[in-house]
Amino acid sequence: MSAHAPALDHGHDDHAHHHKQTFINKYIFSTDHKMISRQYLITGLIMGIIGIAMSLLFRLQLAWPGEKFAIFELLLGKWAPDGVMDPSIYLSLVTIHGTIMVFFVLTAGLSGTFSNLLIPLQIGARDMASGFLNMVSYWLFFLSSVIMVSSLFVESGPAAAGWTIYPPLSALPESIPASGMGMTLWLVSMAIFIASSLLGSLNYIVTVINLRTKGMSMTRLPLTIWAFFVTAIIGVVSFPVLLSAALLLIMDRSFGTSFFLSDIYIGGEVLHNSGGSPVLFEHLFWFLGHPEVYIVLLPALGITSEIIATNSRKPIFGYRAMVASILAIAFLSTIVWGHHMFISGMNPFLGSVFTFTTLLIAIPSGVKAFNYITTLWKGNLQMNPGMLFSIGLVSTFITGGLTGIILGDSTLDINVHDTYFVVAHFHLVMGISALYGLFAGVYHWFPKMFEGKLMNKNLGYVHFWVTAIGSYAIFFPMHFIGMAGLPRRYYSNTAFPYFDDLADVNMMITVAALITGAVQLVFLYNFIHSIFYGKVGAKNPWRSNTLEWTTEHKHIHGNWEGAIPHVYRWSYDYSKLNEDEDDYVIAGQDYVPQNIPLQENEEEMNH
Amino acid sequence: MTVFLVLIVIILFVIAIWQMTKIYKLSKPVKKDGEIQDVANNKDNRINAKLMLMFLVFLYFLMAYCFWNYSKFYPPEASSAHGGLYDNLMFITLAVIMFVQLITQVLIHWFSYKYHGKKGRKALFYADNDKLEFVWTIIPVIVLSGLIIYGLFTWSDIMNFEKSDDALVVELYAQRFNWKARYSGEDRILGNANVRFVEGVNTVGIDASDDDGMDDVITQELHLPVGRQVIFKLRSQDVLHSAYMPHFRAQMNVVPGMITQFSFTPTVTTEEIRETDYIQEKMRRIKKIRTEKSKELVASGQAQLDDYENFDYYLLCNKICGQSHYNMQMKIIVETEEEYQEWIKGQKTFRQTIAQQ
Repeated sequence: MSAHAPALDHGHDDHAHHHKQTFINKYIFSTDHKMISRQYLITGLIMGIIGIAMSLLFRLQLAWPGEKFAIFELLLGKWAPDGVMDPSIYLSLVTIHGTIMVFFVLTAGLSGTFSNLLIPLQIGARDMASGFLNMVSYWLFFLSSVIMVSSLFVESGPAAAGWTIYPPLSALPESIPASGMGMTLWLVSMAIFIASSLLGSLNYIVTVINLRTKGMSMTRLPLTIWAFFVTAIIGVVSFPVLLSAALLLIMDRSFGTSFFLSDIYIGGEVLHNSGGSPVLFEHLFWFLGHPEVYIVLLPALGITSEIIATNSRKPIFGYRAMVASILAIAFLSTIVWGHHMFISGMNPFLGSVFTFTTLLIAIPSGVKAFNYITTLWKGNLQMNPGMLFSIGLVSTFITGGLTGIILGDSTLDINVHDTYFVVAHFHLVMGISALYGLFAGVYHWFPKMFEGKLMNKNLGYVHFWVTAIGSYAIFFPMHFIGMAGLPRRYYSNTAFPYFDDLADVNMMITVAALITGAVQLVFLYNFIHSIFYGKVGAKNPWRSNTLEWTTEHKHIHGNWEGAIPHVYRWSYDYSKLNEDEDDYVIAGQDYVPQNIPLQENEEEMNH
Repeated sequence: MTVFLVLIVIILFVIAIWQMTKIYKLSKPVKKDGEIQDVANNKDNRINAKLMLMFLVFLYFLMAYCFWNYSKFYPPEASSAHGGLYDNLMFITLAVIMFVQLITQVLIHWFSYKYHGKKGRKALFYADNDKLEFVWTIIPVIVLSGLIIYGLFTWSDIMNFEKSDDALVVELYAQRFNWKARYSGEDRILGNANVRFVEGVNTVGIDASDDDGMDDVITQELHLPVGRQVIFKLRSQDVLHSAYMPHFRAQMNVVPGMITQFSFTPTVTTEEIRETDYIQEKMRRIKKIRTEKSKELVASGQAQLDDYENFDYYLLCNKICGQSHYNMQMKIIVETEEEYQEWIKGQKTFRQTIAQQ
C-alpha cells in the first residue's frame, strides 16, 4: 500500500456539491444514502410497532381464551364482538404479525437501514452506486408497507393463511374469507416488496464491489460489510423464487390455473383443478423462506461483530474464519429449505439429504459463537447499550440455535413439527437475535444517523435488561409446551382438555410478553427524544476504527468534505501494541483507525 | 371506560419516564473533563458487569425451573413401536445441546463480568489462533456426525417401513373440520376414491364402480388393534391438514391431490395407558384445574366445563386449515385384536350405506 495518493481518484469528488436542496428532495425523494437509511429505519420501526402490538393482542387471547378485553373491541372493532376475539381475526393477526416482522421489520428495517447507512460510509464511498435506484427501492418498500397495512382494513379481513400462505387455503376464498381481497393485497404488497428488496440488494452488491476506497481490499472490509454484501447476494438468489411462487399463486387464484391445486371439494362443489400440488408451493416458498432467515440474521451478526470488537477494545477473533463462516452459512442456507417439509409428504430420502445439509449449518454457526466468546475474553469491555444488545444476541443466538439441532433432524421433527417448540426456536434464533442486532445497531450508529447525537445510555440499560429477561421468560418455557405437543396457530386450546395444565404457562408467557412489549416504549421514547434533544458526543464516540467515524457530524452530500480517506489496515487494530510492546501503536490510544498508515515501530500484519 | 383507563395508564407511563429522565438529569453531578456523556464510564461498566452475572444466575434459574416443573409435560412413554427410538434420540440430543448451552452461557456472561472495562485495563491483542479454531470446528463436526448418522438410521427405520403380512391399512380422510377413517374391509384393499365422487352419503368419494371399495368401512373414530402394524394412507378433501398423533410420535401432512402415508405399530392400549402413573397424575391435575374453573364459571352464571373423566388418545390437525382449525380432532382407541374385530363387525360397509339410501 502506498501512502502517496494519486490525485486521480479525487477528480470527481472535489468539486463542491452544492445542489439546492428543497424539502422534497432532501426529506422525501432523497437519493442520499444516509437519508434513505433513516427512512428505512423509521418505516421499519413503525411497522415494528404494529407487528409487536399484534403479537400482544393474540398473546392475550392465548392466555385468557374467549375472555373479553376492551382493547380488542377498541382495536379490532367488528372482529371482536363484545370484546371477544373472533377466531378468523386471530389467524389474521398471527399471519400479519409474521409477515410484518420477518419482511418489513427484520429484512427492510434492519438490512435496509444499516446496509444503506454503513456500506458507503465504511467502504469509503460518496454514496451508493445508484442513488436513484436506492430511492426507488425505498419508495417501493414504502408502497408495499402501505398496501400491507391497508389490507388490515379490508371488509373480509386481512390474509389469514399463516405467513407461509400455503395454498389451497390461501388460494380459495371459499375456505376462509380472508383469502379474498386480504390475500390479494398481501400478494401485491409482497411482489412490490420483492422488487424493492432486489433493487436494494443489487445496489449493495455493486457498491461493495466497485466503490471501495483505495486500500480497502476485500480482506480489510469490516465484518458488517461482509455480512451486508453476502446477505444481498442471498437475497438476489432467493427472492425471485418467492416472486415466482406468488405469481403462480395469483394465477391459480384469478386465472383458473392449477399449479398448486388438485382434487378439491369445497363449499359443496368440486373444483375443476387437477394435477397441481401444494408441495410445489412449499418448495418454492421455502427456497426463499429459509435463506430469508439468514437474510434477517446475517446483518445482525455483522453488526454485532463490529460492535463487540469495538467495545471489547480487541480485534474480532478469527476474522478470516468469520468471513468463511458467513460464506458457508450463506451457501448452506440455500440448500436446506426442505427441513421445513420433512412431513409434507415429500420423499423420505429427500428428508435425509436435508437433515444432512441442515445440521452442517451448525458448524459455521458454532464457529461464529465461539469466536464471539473468544473476542470477549481478556477484553476491556465497554458496556454501552449497543454492546449489551450484542452480547445478548450471542446468548439468544446460541440458545435458539441449539434447538435447531432438534428441528433440523427429520426424525425429531416428526413430533415437534408445527408446535410451539418451533415458535420458541425461531423467535429466539432469528426474531429476538435479529431484533437485538437492530437495537445494537441503532444505539451504536445513532450518532452517525442523527448528526452526532447519542441516545441516553441509562434508558438504554433499562431497555436492555428488561428485554433480555423478558425475552427469555417468554420463549424458554415455550419450548416445553411445544414438546407437550401443543400445536401453533390454535385460536384456543380449550377444545383439548388434555392441554388444560399448560394454561398457566401460557399466562406466564403472556405476562412476560406484555412487560417486554411495554419496555419497548422506553426505547421509542429514547429514540424520539434523542433525535431532538440527544447530547452531541465526540466525532468518534466509541473510539472506533472504521471510516464512518472520520466524517463530520453534519450530514453532507458525498460524506467527506475533502478527499475520501484511504485505507491502510483492517478495521480491527484495537489495543495493538508496538514492536517494543511498551505502549499501543499510537501512544496512549488503544485504537488505530483504518485511515492511519503503518506506523514506525509497528509490526505489519496480514491485513 | 376501560379503554379510557388503558389510555390513561399509557400516558402516565410515558410521563413517568419523561419525569424520571428529567430528575436523573438534574441529579447528575457535573461531569468530569474528557468524559462524554452517554458513553459508558467506569461505573456503568461495573454495574452492568454485575448485572451480567446476575443475569446468568437468572438464566440458570429459569432453565432449572422449566426443566424441574415442565418436564412432566413431555408426552408419556411412546405408545408405538418406533416411539422408543424417537424418545432415545430426543433425550440424547437434548443432553448434548443442554451441555453446550450450559457451558457457553457461562462463558459469555462470565467473560462479560470478568473483563468489564476499567480505566487503565489493557485488552489483549489476540486476532487468531488456528489451533483453537480447528478444535471448535472439528468437535462439532464429530458430535454432529454422530447425531446425523443416528438420526438418519432412525428416520429410515420409521419412514421406509416394510409392510407386514397382517398390516392394517387405514385411510385417514381430512375435511374441514373433522377426520374420518376408512378401513379396507375383508379384501384388505382400499377402493379407489376421489373427491369427484363425493355426493350424498358417499362422504369420502369412493368410486362406486370399483368393487374393492364396496366392503370399505368409514368411521368417525379411529380404532386400532394393539401390536399390529397400521399403514395410514392420508387424503384431504379440501386444504392442507396434518395428522398429528403425539402419543405415537407420528405426524404426516394431508395434501389435496396426493396420498401421503405413515406407519406405526401401536403398543399400548387405551386401557393400559389410562392405568399408567403418568396419565393418572395428569388426569388428577387436569381434574383439579377443571373443577376450580367450573366453580368460577358457575359463580359467574355460566355453564360449567364438560367432564373430562378418561384419557383418550387423539389425533389433531396441525396445519392451519381455517376458522375451526383449533378444534379438528378425532378420538383414537387402541384395543385388543378381539375388541377390534368386535367393533369393526358392528360398522356399516360402504355397500350397506348406499343400499340403505
